[in-house]
Amino acid sequence: MGEILLQLNNISVVYSDVIQVLKGVSLSVEKGHIVSLLGSNGAGKTTTLKAISGLLKPENGKVTDGSIIYNGKNIQNQAPEYITRQGIIQVLEGRQPFKYLTIEENLRVGTATRSSQPYKEDLELVYKYFPALIPRKKSLAGYCSGGELQMLVIGRALMAHPQLLMLDEPSLGLAPLVVQEIFRIIKMINEEHGTTIILVEQNANMALQVAHYGYVMENGKIVMEGSADDLAKNPDVKEFYLGMSASGIAKSYKDVKSYRRRKRWL
Amino acid sequence: MDFFLQLLVNGVCVGLLYGISAMGFVMIFKSSSVLNFAHGELLALGAFFFLALISWAKLPILIAFVLTLVGSFILGFLIEKFFLRPLIGEKLIFVIMLTVGLAAMFKGFILLIWGGNLHTYPEFLSESIALKLGSIYIAPVYTATLIISIIFLVLFGLFFKKSAQGIYMRSVADNQKAALSLGVHVRRVFALSWAIAALVASMSGIVLGIINGVNVHDLSSIGLKVFPVVILGGLDSIGGAIVGGIIIGLLETFTGGYLSPSLRDVVPYIVLVLILLVKPYGLFGLVEIERV
Repeated sequence: MGEILLQLNNISVVYSDVIQVLKGVSLSVEKGHIVSLLGSNGAGKTTTLKAISGLLKPENGKVTDGSIIYNGKNIQNQAPEYITRQGIIQVLEGRQPFKYLTIEENLRVGTATRSSQPYKEDLELVYKYFPALIPRKKSLAGYCSGGELQMLVIGRALMAHPQLLMLDEPSLGLAPLVVQEIFRIIKMINEEHGTTIILVEQNANMALQVAHYGYVMENGKIVMEGSADDLAKNPDVKEFYLGMSASGIAKSYKDVKSYRRRKRWL
Repeated sequence: MDFFLQLLVNGVCVGLLYGISAMGFVMIFKSSSVLNFAHGELLALGAFFFLALISWAKLPILIAFVLTLVGSFILGFLIEKFFLRPLIGEKLIFVIMLTVGLAAMFKGFILLIWGGNLHTYPEFLSESIALKLGSIYIAPVYTATLIISIIFLVLFGLFFKKSAQGIYMRSVADNQKAALSLGVHVRRVFALSWAIAALVASMSGIVLGIINGVNVHDLSSIGLKVFPVVILGGLDSIGGAIVGGIIIGLLETFTGGYLSPSLRDVVPYIVLVLILLVKPYGLFGLVEIERV
């Protein structure tokens, strides 16, 4: 086991003092690894990321229990300005570009955590990873396609030199080929820079291909964990997330007998 | 014809000034959705501070001008820090009511010290900067207005387009959540927009004070003129504020010149009502970029 970069110990998250979304989530992320977080809608994946990045605060959410330890420091309930400066950058779900800024200006906002330092080289690097952005440099982000925007928001996060990059559903609403391209680049970023990555995905198939380790969440709890290969072989994961029958062949809708399906792990 | 051109030039000069002052208002609105009802009082405060510096402290004009700008920049920062920051997360209406309270406080403060009479700055603009284009004569104060406005416009243009801080400010106005996720210091951006707003307000306060004399009631009601200006231009458009300012400035000087000087303060508000009827988002209100 390598060095642990991030450790969540049994955290609970409550929104508006009443709605409990996470009910004791523990996970650990090894330095230099890609860890993927799977689970259905409403399982609490995004909330977990927000608890780490401090973005719960503006949404009136709070970590009420447990601890989040990053690089040996306690960071739960800190302000996002502080957490981002520790090297944790979250890429929000659903691509949130600055619509009225050009692509290049969008990328420059990524330097907010280190604003006085030069950024030209980082721009070059982002354009190297995402050459599709080069011809769009000067156009408003609001007029770019979904694939370009996803590249833009990942690139924007890279401008901050993150140690821990958290991607929330980067494949959402993208064509299969674009998804492959995005995942290839995620893998490349991880390998070339040693950036640790937490990947939240619905597309379990792609996520488990690039990840080293995975967690499955349901109902605000971690219900399963294991190396990506083990998870991909697990019959339950296969059935629920990969759309395969236990025997490994793609299943026909006809054969699904809903009463036989296991609905929950817990 | 000469009269027309004369009014045109004066109108553009005053209008630019309104536009720049409205820009401060728009900036606060864009970054934090707060309507600042104390804008007129900030404008008056700048004018009176300048008055104090040149007629009481007898500082040279240029130093007094720069000091006023620096002072109001700091004042804007302090207003944000002590009055607005505690209200972050509260309902927007509380914050807007707070600015109404601030307006009353500043006005009271000015009345307490300077009273409600008309003051004037000593003559300091020399006749030599007056422009003569053919038969049109541009008075020194209008020349100065024109120069100052253009300098400010260029500076702000560069600031928002090129400087990192300017781009961060625009990013917060655009998508606050995404800006937070990238570590943009949103509270600092709010503070900075108040500081810049106070700075441009006091700058236009000084120039309007040179043109019309320094009176707290007049100046704070000029501050109210940002409403027709920004609504004409679209509440969230910085460029629109400038164009809106020029239109209102022209309307004012033309009504003053051709109809009656007593109507000049009414016409902008009539236009405001008409604009709201026809284009509720203003001429340059942000057209939501809609991806289909």
